[in-house]
Amino acid sequence: MSKQPERIFVKGNEAVVRGALAARCKCFFGYPITPQNEIPELMSSEMPKSGGEFVQAESEVAAANMLLGAGACGIRAMTSSSSPGISLKQEAISYMAGSNTPAVIVNMNRGGPGLGDIGPAQGDYYQSTRGGGHGDYRLLVLAPATGQEAYDLTIKSFDLAYKYRNPVMILGDAILGQMKEAITPWQPEGIDDEAGRDWALSGAKDREKRLIKSLYLEEGALAGQNKNLQKKYEDMQSYVEYEEFETEDAELVVCAYGSIGRIAKSAVRNLRKQGHKVGLFRPITLYPFPSDALLALAKQGKKFLTIEHNLGQMVDDVRLAIRTVADSDFAPIYPGNLPIPEDIEGPVLEWLEGK
Amino acid sequence: MARYLDAIIAGFGGQGVMLIGNLLAYAGMKDGLNVTYIPVYGPEMRGGTANCTVVLSEEEIGSPIIHSPVSLIIMNRPSLDKFQPRLKDGGLNIINSSLIDMDLADANRVKCIAVPCNEIADKLGNTRMANMVALGAYIQATGIMELQPVIDSLKDVLSERYHKLIPANTEALNAGAEVAAKA
Repeated sequence: MSKQPERIFVKGNEAVVRGALAARCKCFFGYPITPQNEIPELMSSEMPKSGGEFVQAESEVAAANMLLGAGACGIRAMTSSSSPGISLKQEAISYMAGSNTPAVIVNMNRGGPGLGDIGPAQGDYYQSTRGGGHGDYRLLVLAPATGQEAYDLTIKSFDLAYKYRNPVMILGDAILGQMKEAITPWQPEGIDDEAGRDWALSGAKDREKRLIKSLYLEEGALAGQNKNLQKKYEDMQSYVEYEEFETEDAELVVCAYGSIGRIAKSAVRNLRKQGHKVGLFRPITLYPFPSDALLALAKQGKKFLTIEHNLGQMVDDVRLAIRTVADSDFAPIYPGNLPIPEDIEGPVLEWLEGK
Repeated sequence: MARYLDAIIAGFGGQGVMLIGNLLAYAGMKDGLNVTYIPVYGPEMRGGTANCTVVLSEEEIGSPIIHSPVSLIIMNRPSLDKFQPRLKDGGLNIINSSLIDMDLADANRVKCIAVPCNEIADKLGNTRMANMVALGAYIQATGIMELQPVIDSLKDVLSERYHKLIPANTEALNAGAEVAAKA
């Protein structure tokens, strides 16, 4: 990889687009919704320049099915939306998971449930990490906290989608989407544009016909497919990313992801200045979840407080990870409120007083 | 001490607070700092103010959202009412005294600099440059960077159709800086 030293000042939404273009994404299918509109807007002008196709679909449902079609043809393709729009895409996402179709889906999480608001929230953690649509499946879920990570992880998402032939979700929020930050773009090398050559629907001239489907009616076929999926999800477990900050001597470890993760970092710095032994554990992959790293911390006797911009979702995974030796408390930041470091410092100080 | 500043910039919609927030952050990046800029919306939108938060730091930036900043640029009265109580003790408050009665400034608790932004901008020939006057004063008062990277950034932050106004905006930045230098 060649790092260009020149930094650019862009919204997280734009960082995602720049990352996708660097990863040679060739199709984008979108439908407008705040707070992710800069993604389709920029894609509409930039994608044609790089020889790709931009389609504003007639609905989220259509966009997600177009994504399935492009992925089945082995084309590096992406869609983006925000919470209510992502709900509409779930049918196609389930079909993609069921048919081993690679694709990248971006969710700039907004307040919910229902139409909620257009501010940041993390209410879609369950939906993202448990599949979201019907059936028994998982997405790879990457949760950037900064503009740079939005760029880097978008590039990575295309590689992962093709490596595992699976839909990958970039899970951000309205903070990430709307915030501008200085990022350093870079161009990945060795991208294999023909990664689907052995399975993609590329035209059956001079070869056996291929079929990509999620319907398995023959006796034993669906069980076989589910077994294969299980094997794939097991393989994915080796791909985890996380950040540990000031955990080494920490008595209490705050677990937070995405934008709340970076806000928690400010809180940890402030609390450290006051002499409190607090650290931060920030999962970057939400699925697979960095359970082993958390368990290792738990075995050192550390205590855990999970803080999310929802009523408590990732805390389930934290508790599962450390269940043999420890437990995690939880503090919510309510969707609809704009999170600030004090939202983390408050519950931590309360926890420290009450221990 | 590592260079660090956070600021809430607030005023009426249309006063150009988002523009100078962008310009400040962009210039900070050009000057080698880490920067974040976030337009604050949602519940914050109600109450008659448009505002944004900028963080400039030599170190990695954690939260891009700040409740109690170390500095403010306040362009109108509702913004003063809303944000001055949240300014950290000893913080810096750049106040547009063309539209705000300086008796309302909390001068005992924070450092307040009165900048008659609209009057100065009017004298320079375009009242819409009041925001640049305020930013010029802010750069001078904080010393976070020289004025030059801000001036140099105008061509990148302003859309091309406004490039003819760069000399006038430069003048406005300088005029604001002069006010703060004398304060």
